[in-house]
This record gives sequence, C-alpha cells and structure tokens, in this order.
Amino acid sequence: MTDLQAAFVELIRRTSTDLPDDVEQALRAAREREAPGSAARGALDTILENVALARRDSTPICQDTGTPIFFVRHPEGWSTRALREQIRSAVAEATARAFLRPNAVDAISGKNSGDNLGDDEFPTIHFEETGDPDLTVDLILKGGGCENVGAQYALPHAALGAGRDLEGVRRAVLDAVHRAQGKGCAPGILGVAVGGDRGSSFQRSKKELLRPLGQAHPDPQLATLERNLTDQANQLRIGPMGFGGRSTVLGVQLAGMHRLPASFFVSVSYMCWAHRRRRMVVRGERVLYP
Amino acid sequence: MRELTIPIEPAAIRALKVGDPVRLSGRMVTGRDAAHKWLIETFIHKTRVPEPADQEAYAALQPLLRGGAIYHCGPVVAGLESRAYRFVAAGPTTSTREEPYQAEVMDHFGIAAVIGKGGMGPKTLQACRRVPTVYLHAIGGAAALIARTVERVLAVYKLEFGVPEALWVIEVRDFPAVVTMDAHGGSLHAEVEARSKQELDQLLAPA
Repeated sequence: MTDLQAAFVELIRRTSTDLPDDVEQALRAAREREAPGSAARGALDTILENVALARRDSTPICQDTGTPIFFVRHPEGWSTRALREQIRSAVAEATARAFLRPNAVDAISGKNSGDNLGDDEFPTIHFEETGDPDLTVDLILKGGGCENVGAQYALPHAALGAGRDLEGVRRAVLDAVHRAQGKGCAPGILGVAVGGDRGSSFQRSKKELLRPLGQAHPDPQLATLERNLTDQANQLRIGPMGFGGRSTVLGVQLAGMHRLPASFFVSVSYMCWAHRRRRMVVRGERVLYP
Repeated sequence: MRELTIPIEPAAIRALKVGDPVRLSGRMVTGRDAAHKWLIETFIHKTRVPEPADQEAYAALQPLLRGGAIYHCGPVVAGLESRAYRFVAAGPTTSTREEPYQAEVMDHFGIAAVIGKGGMGPKTLQACRRVPTVYLHAIGGAAALIARTVERVLAVYKLEFGVPEALWVIEVRDFPAVVTMDAHGGSLHAEVEARSKQELDQLLAPA
C-alpha cells in the first residue's frame, strides 16, 4: 500500500484554503439578494473577498479550522490502521505548516496538544469498505462556533407543538435556526437527520453535509420540505452574521434514518458559510482532487 | 466609515451608533475563553494567587487595555518555532461565551472596544453604557482578510493556554468591523432576535 501522507496534506490544504465552487456560487447569489448598502451585503462582500484572498495566498479561510472529519471509503484489502496513521501524520504536518490551527484540547486537563492530535476521535475518521475500486476520502473542517449551535430534538416536543411527523421536523428545524441567530456564522447550511439514536443521528446529519448545495433529495417529499425549510428559515430575516437580511441559510439537507419505536430524534448540524469540504480519489497510482 | 485609533477616548466611543462601520488602527489584545477566566480569577475576584509570570503579563496588559480593545480571536499563527510570529488567519470567535465575564473585565480595565462576532447579552450591554464601551462585530470567517490588517505581532502572554487561547498583542491597521452594540443601550442583536422571534411565531402558528 502506498504512503498517502503527502496526498492527505494536500487534501487538508485544499479544504482549509479553497472554498468549494457550489458554496461560493450560493454566497454570490445571496449577496445579490441583499439590499445595496446594507450591513448584510457588506458582510457578504467581505466574505467573498476573503474567499478569494485565502485561495490566492493558500491560507486558511477561517482561523477556526475546526474538527477535521474524514469519511474514507476503501476497496477490500486496504489497511484502515495504516490509513489512520497516515491521516494523523498528515494532520500534524498540516498544522505545522499553518493550514490548520492546533485545536485538540484535552477536556480534562485543558492542555492543547499543539499538533491537532487528540484521542481516537480527534481527528474524526469514518471508514467504510465498498465494492468500488477507488479509494475516496471526503474531508469536512467544521468549526466550533457552528458546532455549538447544532441542536437535537426528541419529538414530541410540546412547547414547539412538534409531533412525530414531518411537520414536527419543520418546527424543530426552524426553532434551531432561530436559536442559532448569527452565532453559527450565517448564512449556514443545515444537515438534518431524522431518526437514529442520539449518536448515529448527529453523525448522519454531518454526513449529509457532503451533498452538493442545490442537489435535491431523491425523495420528492423530503425535497419539498428542504425547499420549504430554506424559504422559511430565510423569512426569519436573521441574515448574514445575524445583521438582519434575506440570507439566513444557503440550504437545508435532510436524511431519513430508522429509529426505535420509542425514539424520534431530529438532529441539526449547522455548518457555517465557510463550508469547507473537499474530496480526494485514489485511482490506481493516481491521486485526484475532483 | 469611522476611523478609530486605539486608545480610544470616551467621547469617541459615545459618538458611535449601532450600524456604523469602523476601521480600527493601533494596538489590540486577543483574549477569549481561557483569558477571560484567568483575568477574572487572578486579578478581579482574586480567587487564585498570581505567579510572577501572571503579574508580569498583567503589568503589560493593563496600560494596553485602558481605552483599548480586546479581540475575541484564536488565530492561526506561523513562526511558532522561530518566535518570528505572524498571523495567518485571524477572524473573530463567538463572543457570547464571554458574557459571564465580559462586563467585569470591561469595568476593571476600562476597555473601550470589545471585538468579536455574534453579539453579547444584557449584562455586557449595560456595562457598555457605564464604561463606556462599544461592541464591534467583525465578519466571522473572514480570517485571511483580517489577518492582512495585522501588521505586527508585538508580544504573547499565557502561551501555555495554547495558540488559540493565548493573549496576543498585535498592531493592526484598518481592521474592519461594524458597531452592533453601542454605549447608549442600542443592540442590533436584540433587535434581530426580537424581530425573528415574531416571524418564527407566525411560521409556527397552528394552521
């Protein structure tokens, strides 16, 4: 098996410094919707200027380079232990090269490890064996500000009038957007899982953030709810950075799961406008960054 | 656009209103969660005995913070090994976590500007009137752009807190921000929160 450490460093560099095109286009469209001269439009102008600068200078878009979350899909025969070691070495190297901020803080002692390596969950790495001949690695860098405004609801929820159905999901998601205000760096992207247990539900909500913006859910019922939630969240007029304005979210991405008869969780992962996600594909000897 | 030079006079702070865009120049200090806890425990409530390094940091920070600016920021810093520090990415962090501490820190040091993102609560807003202080909102995530306004890193204190949590003394030029809480009780955050709650109530009204 080839050593992919350098390839992983490049994946991290791209993710931290080069915002995906679909996100940038959505930010441009959001800018056009805001009134000329408004604080909201000014914020989006600054954001777009920053995106261009970070790309040009190869420096982090945001100083909070977050939790690195890797989704690794590999063919049969790859050593996940070796891949984990290579990913961890790459994370430490990318930190030394200032593509990442040292973010791994021991919650008990308060000590920052200095190299972004913590326990087995930091960085987070999900492995899955597939029948595909390629090795595909998706990386999301998810900052703490937006992670802090994520929310999980157990339905029914009396105060919200939210029952165990899609109307209940709608109510829970809008409540989460209102509670977040601008603190998750609006306009955000919501990954929402319906079902699962508390752990699997949040994990699934993050995985849903890998879907490109504007790609509708294959289930027409959920696709409609995604559109309605996006429109209604924007009616709250929280706006970019919470300054007030028309763009509060750039998109809502739902995932349905199975659940226990007793449980009905709605898990909302809020991703900031700096939606840093990139992919790397290893095809034979070649490493691609599509 | 208001140009502000740190230290900032109380009259200049009182002249600012919610919505004013500003450009800041001069020396400011970064400080976030660990820094606020440390300042409160060691120098304000004095529940912790200061070590010589704490005293030294305090002596250096006190004159910088009088009429000065504290920036809620955990930067990405290059040059850690050579100590030729350079800010690479330096956007604001969410300020609301400092709400339990901020007012007392503002009172103690006479801070003129608190800079961060997301806004702060009623306790800080009251202190803004008293000190006087303004809350300046920087653009969250605009880290590359803001780092370019940092001309020099002058010193660092409490680096043992880790790079993001240390107190960095920096010299900035034309640092961009917007006044979202002023010294007259105005808060854009309270306004937006109240208005969006009305919208939410309509969207959640029984059909």
